[in-house]
Amino acid sequence: MDNIIEVSYFVAAVLFILGLKRMSSPVTARGGIVWAGAGMLVATLITFFHPGMHNYVLMTTAIFIGGVAAFWSGKKVAMTDMPQMIALYNGMGGGAAGAIAAVELLKGNFHSQTFLTLAVLGALIGSVSFSGSLIAFAKLQGLIRRPMRFAGQQYFNLAVFGLALGLAGMLIFKGELAGMVILAFFAVALTYGFLMALPIGGADMPVVISLFNALTGLAVAFEGFVLNNAAMIIAGTVVGSAGTLLTQLMARAMNRSIGNVLFSSFGSSGGEAAGELQGSMKPIDAADAGIMMAYAERVIIIPGYGMAVAQAQHKIWELSELLLKRGVDVKFAIHPVAGRMPGHMNVLLAEANVPYDLLYDLDEINAAFPQTDVALVIGANDVVNPTARTNPDSPIYGMPILDADKAHNVIVIKRGQGKGFSGVENALFFADNTRMLYGDGQAMAGELIQAIKQL
Amino acid sequence: MIEGMTALYIFMLSAFTGYEVISRVPVILHTPLMSGSNFVHGIVLVGAMVAMGHAQSPLEQVIGFLGVALAAGNAVGGYVVTERMLEMFKSSKGKKN
Repeated sequence: MDNIIEVSYFVAAVLFILGLKRMSSPVTARGGIVWAGAGMLVATLITFFHPGMHNYVLMTTAIFIGGVAAFWSGKKVAMTDMPQMIALYNGMGGGAAGAIAAVELLKGNFHSQTFLTLAVLGALIGSVSFSGSLIAFAKLQGLIRRPMRFAGQQYFNLAVFGLALGLAGMLIFKGELAGMVILAFFAVALTYGFLMALPIGGADMPVVISLFNALTGLAVAFEGFVLNNAAMIIAGTVVGSAGTLLTQLMARAMNRSIGNVLFSSFGSSGGEAAGELQGSMKPIDAADAGIMMAYAERVIIIPGYGMAVAQAQHKIWELSELLLKRGVDVKFAIHPVAGRMPGHMNVLLAEANVPYDLLYDLDEINAAFPQTDVALVIGANDVVNPTARTNPDSPIYGMPILDADKAHNVIVIKRGQGKGFSGVENALFFADNTRMLYGDGQAMAGELIQAIKQL
Repeated sequence: MIEGMTALYIFMLSAFTGYEVISRVPVILHTPLMSGSNFVHGIVLVGAMVAMGHAQSPLEQVIGFLGVALAAGNAVGGYVVTERMLEMFKSSKGKKN
């Protein structure tokens, strides 16, 4: 039986890697998750035959509870809320890794110092990932609205982290596996996760979620060593390294280093630092905006998270189809962090059946703006803010942006006069060639469609 | 037992594998891929099951129970949301072709 179990874990590990590989191309991506899913099924089922186990009834109950809750929430969640759900599921994985370590530490029979060390490190990483992901979820879900900061916060956090390491050291080197020390260790580790994520602004959350994803992978790998489980070691490590790379890619897209995201206060001094902006916001109505677009040669649509929140993507595609029929050259400009994560906007537009070949990323499209008649900004804000290019005092200075301000005309569909996710005032809205179309994204897209149809 | 240098080799090779597999991924698939890799570390479920299966004291059982429930949430939730996202890629591709 042992051999069958080992072989099954091996097969699962192969299926995970092949699955991830297939997920790297849009054509095979859907097959990829099915392969990985098959691997998970094989590994889970065979684990029931692990020798010397008991507690089967409780175990099955736990799987049922966790599985059904996750299945239900996963089916129900809106596409716009995907990032926080990923954060939540990721946190659960980190918590599970921590729980494994807790059980092993309570049992206290480790083969060697190395395994004890790995168990404790895995517990630390997993616990931080668990509580940190919960904060990430709460922030994106809107349960925590403002980043929480206080004077000397970084030093305080460092002290808490040091305390967690100290307790970890006590567990590892003193061999004191007393219940109180274990309890204190987990309490401090979990607290550190909360403290680490609390001061980070909402705009930086995708990077943090991705980082926690990688950390959970690492924690799972460490606990895999402790349990002598090859599938956990391989899958966890693969996710750990892949997640680290993905985190770097995201941070680079926002022109921020990971250290910067974690240890600086983004957006805290928001509006003031940007200084006074020249000019005023000039409104336009849908009929005029529709005419502008219908008689344009080239239109670039810049969708942002606000479009998805207003569920306007279907209307926007309908609008684009109308324009395309009139011979207007319509393109979509996708900022790397449009939506809440790299690729999030592509998912949202795919939901509305927008073809891939109309979607352009930042590098491909920025040169086209000066030859563009109308840039339509819907629900995007920080990613088109020219102060990122021009004002070194702005908190978002240096972030690569879409050069919408270089188009001949800019139309911004916006609900009100509020600021973006980063809390920074947007100079584009005050520019001479910008007109504001105030209203709900979906309603305004509808009015634009009507206006163009009547021509 | 996977120990010493063998463990280190497995760790090193897996790390490179993860890096390589991801490095060729287009930006449009980053979100589903993050979700997919999130699902893959749901393999923590098998570890949680083994830990709980060998739990003795009531405290160990309670923690083990929590661990298994959380791990099952990670695996099932990760699969469901990834599958939902990738489903849309399939349909829009199909429409285009």
